[in-house]
Amino acid sequence: MTTPVSAPASGPASGLASGPGPAAAAAPRRVRRRSRTWVGWSFILPNFLGFAALTLVPVIASLVLSFLDWDSYSTPRWVGLANFERMIHNDTFWTALENTAYYAVGHVPLTLCAALGFAVLLNQKLKAVQFFRTALFFPYITSLVAVAVVWNMLLSPDMGPVNQFLRAVGIDHPPGWTTSTTWAMPAVIVASVWRDLGYYMILYLAGLQTIPAELYEAAEVDGASGWQRFRHITLPSLRPTTFFVLIMLTISSFKVFDLIQVMTEGGPGRATLVLSQVIYREGIVQGRFGYSSAVSMVLFVIVLTITMVQFRLQRRSER
Amino acid sequence: MTLTISPPATPETPLTEPRRPLRRTGFSVRRTLAYLLLGLLSVAVLVPFAWMVSSSLKLDADVFSVPVRWIPAEFHWQNFTSIWSRIPLLTYLRNSVFLSLTITALQVLTGSFAAYGFAKVRFPGRDALFLAYIATIAVPWQAYMVPQYVIMQKAGLVNTHLSLILLQAFSAFGVFLMRQYYLTIPDELSEAARLDGLSEYGIWARIILPLSKPALASLALLTFVNTWNDYMGPFIYLTDNNLWTIQLGLRSFVGLYDAEYAMIMTGSVLSVLPILVIFLLGQKYFVQGIATSGMK
Repeated sequence: MTTPVSAPASGPASGLASGPGPAAAAAPRRVRRRSRTWVGWSFILPNFLGFAALTLVPVIASLVLSFLDWDSYSTPRWVGLANFERMIHNDTFWTALENTAYYAVGHVPLTLCAALGFAVLLNQKLKAVQFFRTALFFPYITSLVAVAVVWNMLLSPDMGPVNQFLRAVGIDHPPGWTTSTTWAMPAVIVASVWRDLGYYMILYLAGLQTIPAELYEAAEVDGASGWQRFRHITLPSLRPTTFFVLIMLTISSFKVFDLIQVMTEGGPGRATLVLSQVIYREGIVQGRFGYSSAVSMVLFVIVLTITMVQFRLQRRSER
Repeated sequence: MTLTISPPATPETPLTEPRRPLRRTGFSVRRTLAYLLLGLLSVAVLVPFAWMVSSSLKLDADVFSVPVRWIPAEFHWQNFTSIWSRIPLLTYLRNSVFLSLTITALQVLTGSFAAYGFAKVRFPGRDALFLAYIATIAVPWQAYMVPQYVIMQKAGLVNTHLSLILLQAFSAFGVFLMRQYYLTIPDELSEAARLDGLSEYGIWARIILPLSKPALASLALLTFVNTWNDYMGPFIYLTDNNLWTIQLGLRSFVGLYDAEYAMIMTGSVLSVLPILVIFLLGQKYFVQGIATSGMK
């Protein structure tokens, strides 16, 4: 080291090739700034090229496409809001919108509560925490195809283990789950909560780690009960985590596709058809690029609005 | 089943050591209850896996028995040998491995490179650009799936592995995750190296990369698992059977032979097994990666 800069103890400050390079400070300011810009961009460029071409441009194009009448074989034509008008008069769209909302209303609170509950349980000083954490997280990294296939078998109407169990405890006519228009969506929600809770549980565990132990000790000295401690220390301290979990869960709920596609394909009838499936069917199967983009704009606006509202609420609660 | 975790050399505390000192009271009702609850719930969570494994070792006719048999009467290991000839499983697995490895390598490389620019190099327009990256994370993929498909169609890349590689190797999430981590590395380090005459690329390669091994491992694992498990991407872009991934293969197998329950479960077990191994080996990094993404 040629300069007396105190590097933190954690860094491998040794082993640097201290070549006699021109000290940057000697260069005139303007040149330096220009070269810094160039250097900064050069780092970002490799990733940015792919990102711009295949994410940024499509995001912007999607907005434009929604005002066009364009099928895979016709020439694009500007039609203003015609796609949106068609959408408003189309019941498949409304059914899918309702189903997506239904899924989110079930999936978000259930996953959040399950994840929080498990995280609090796991945060006690227990032996075998490791094992439990692994067990609870494993569904999240299991492929959705396998998840859907297994759940479909577990829930199969006549011989499935779930219905056998229900009959054993005295429910004579258990629902047909994925074959019933009423019970298909609850079945999908159960499978999805089961799959996702491990991921959000880990986010909550990370949040719980940041709560100072002194807070609990002080509360214990004051004679606060376990529930009071949870209510007045744990929950408020976890607010930032809860907010993050809520946003992530909401976004992922409105994007749901794989699980439903493999478990029910949107059926029976249109009982579990969701927006992402409409976008896929219209745009990629039928080649109606304009109309499908209009539906995707609706999906985007919904996600954006909910995220904004949650941001507002969080800000208000922090004041 | 579980691994012991040594504390990582990161500024965060590992998630495995709760920092709450509980009073040692020997036997406590609360802890016993917590154990019981956790035990029960974990068993409930693991039931579908138990069903999957047990069914994969039965004959088709025995999968749905009344009452349910969790332990097969006799183990039919031949399911695991005969499945390879029933469907081109080896091809599917090869495709999955190839796609997952390629996408992960590109993602980690370009993501960590870009993250350095965002975290450690100050230049005009940087923050606006990063905001654009973050904004796209909030846009549901389905909202721009169609324009992406049109671009791929015009480029003649539909039904090639390259289309999926290009689509998934440059995600904003990787850049975001790595930047989060780089922000925790003190700037004094790069400053000192600059004064020593090391170029920015040198700093990235020789100081930042070695320091960010845990974050790189997290990103690599998360990307690998996501790619391996992805269904929608291959489902949209790959039509040729010899390009299919294990997920598409498994799904079509279910469609074709929906009464061969045992074989379907065998395929499911085989599709989950590689991920299980990877997860158990790198559990620490998974947990850290997820925790990092939730940091402010």
